[in-house]
Amino acid sequence: MSTAVLIVVGVVCLAVGLFGGYWLPPHGRRPGKDRPKPVKRILLPFTGSSISKRAFDAAVRLATAENATIVPAFLARVPRYLPIESAVPAQCSDGMVLLEAIEQKAEAQGLTVDARVGRGRSYRDALRRLLADEQFDRVIVSATDSPRIGLSGEDLEWLLERVPAEVLILRPAPDDTREISAAASVNGHF
Amino acid sequence: MNARRGHLRVFLGMAAGVGKTFRMLLDGHSEQEAGRDVVIGLLETHRRVDTAKLAEGLPILPRRRVEYRGTMLEEMDLPGIILRAPELCLIDELAHTNAPGVEHHKRYEDVEDVLASGIDVLSTVNVQHLESLNDQVSELSGIRVRETIPDEVLGRADEIVLVDLTPEELLDRLRAGKVYPAERIDAALNNFFRIENLQALREVALRQVAEEVGHKRLVTTDAVRSRDETMSADAPQAVGERLLALVEPYPGSQRLVRRAWRSAQRLGADLDLLWIKAPSGLDDDQERSLKSLHQLASVLGTRLLVEESDDVPAAVAEVARRQGTTYILMGRSRPARGLARLRVPLPQRLMELLPGVDVRIVADRSARAKKDEP
Repeated sequence: MSTAVLIVVGVVCLAVGLFGGYWLPPHGRRPGKDRPKPVKRILLPFTGSSISKRAFDAAVRLATAENATIVPAFLARVPRYLPIESAVPAQCSDGMVLLEAIEQKAEAQGLTVDARVGRGRSYRDALRRLLADEQFDRVIVSATDSPRIGLSGEDLEWLLERVPAEVLILRPAPDDTREISAAASVNGHF
Repeated sequence: MNARRGHLRVFLGMAAGVGKTFRMLLDGHSEQEAGRDVVIGLLETHRRVDTAKLAEGLPILPRRRVEYRGTMLEEMDLPGIILRAPELCLIDELAHTNAPGVEHHKRYEDVEDVLASGIDVLSTVNVQHLESLNDQVSELSGIRVRETIPDEVLGRADEIVLVDLTPEELLDRLRAGKVYPAERIDAALNNFFRIENLQALREVALRQVAEEVGHKRLVTTDAVRSRDETMSADAPQAVGERLLALVEPYPGSQRLVRRAWRSAQRLGADLDLLWIKAPSGLDDDQERSLKSLHQLASVLGTRLLVEESDDVPAAVAEVARRQGTTYILMGRSRPARGLARLRVPLPQRLMELLPGVDVRIVADRSARAKKDEP
């Protein structure tokens, strides 16, 4: 075999190597190829420091079936004597940990998560602002027996009447005590 | 008039009932026993028997009566104190608002006059009365305090003494009727005196005192530095930690922001968010992510800085120097492709450009959770 042929073979091998190195990320697979891009967005609003496990599971089931993005949204209330743009760090102390916990659990099941924080004079106002800003295909909320926690019956009624998305309201159930709480559910130091 | 300015010691507490006034009276007695001329300029016992009993033995200057809209109000007698000219005067409730018609609108202004007369002062204040903390405390407790004092008043104090009590102990005191009369206990327990409120307020009070001590130490250090040392200190010196989180408009950045914010909270540090924007447009998803990052930053009380540059390490270093950053947090970089693999990775570049600044790469916990699953 002549030297010229060897040089040509060498150049071709180098080109193939460089092209392959450019095209493939270090661990061999192109990102995002195994899953089509999600198109639907499922809003999962919550307040306080825990979320009903049933609501979370329902969101995960639907998102898996529809290849949708889960949008967990922490709703914070800004007291009337503060400007609406005020920071609310005390409420966020719990909310941020819970968002982290939800994100970890959902991503561990192969789902895409895009978290949000909504702020308003009331939980309903925070949700209204969030829904005015972005489009969602579904909203999943859990009804509660306690009038002091989360969205009230009136809020849910408002949600059904006014929100241009499919609303899934989970009825209160005995296993509602099972919840994902901020403190207990985060994997590792947060 | 005495040319020496008096010495101000402030007893700071997280809430009513922790024992600020009690501690002030104890110190007053100690000073009196040491032979100093001590008087009480103003004492609010709030009908607490123990407090009133402890005041015995210390001369109390009578209050003066001020008529306002047909009502007689009692206020501290500032001219009386200055005329009496004791060595040390005890003046309770620094944040109090005076009745109209007296020399000053606020009691801390009266205290300034007393100090200017060369009289030492012991006074008391709760942390929620500090102007800069008022919003934070009202968000924590749901109760807004109208009587506030500028932070400089506390900053000018020669000594700040934190009167600390665990929330559990304070609640025990409240239930035992040592803070409020029996008819007010239930309302107090259901409103301001909730354990989570008290825990948060205690943290604010502890942090405030730590910051004041840190600030005073820095001022003292500055004062003893030589001129050359002062001139050479051209870099901005941070009082504490200042964090900078590097973000990009994609959903995963929210996690980085949350982690950075939690770290900042633990360190009692300020947090800045920085996005180095390449000189090109954003697609719809990025626009949406950017908007949500702005919203998250605003809710958390931090700032999202946006700088346009092609040279990410240089731009980050410039911002970090300008902001006085001590700690940079970043997510794991996307895998490099092609010739980009030959470049020095961003964390190493930052460590070279910013000696003395910590760089932390925030892990993806969900990746670990996936790996742990059977």
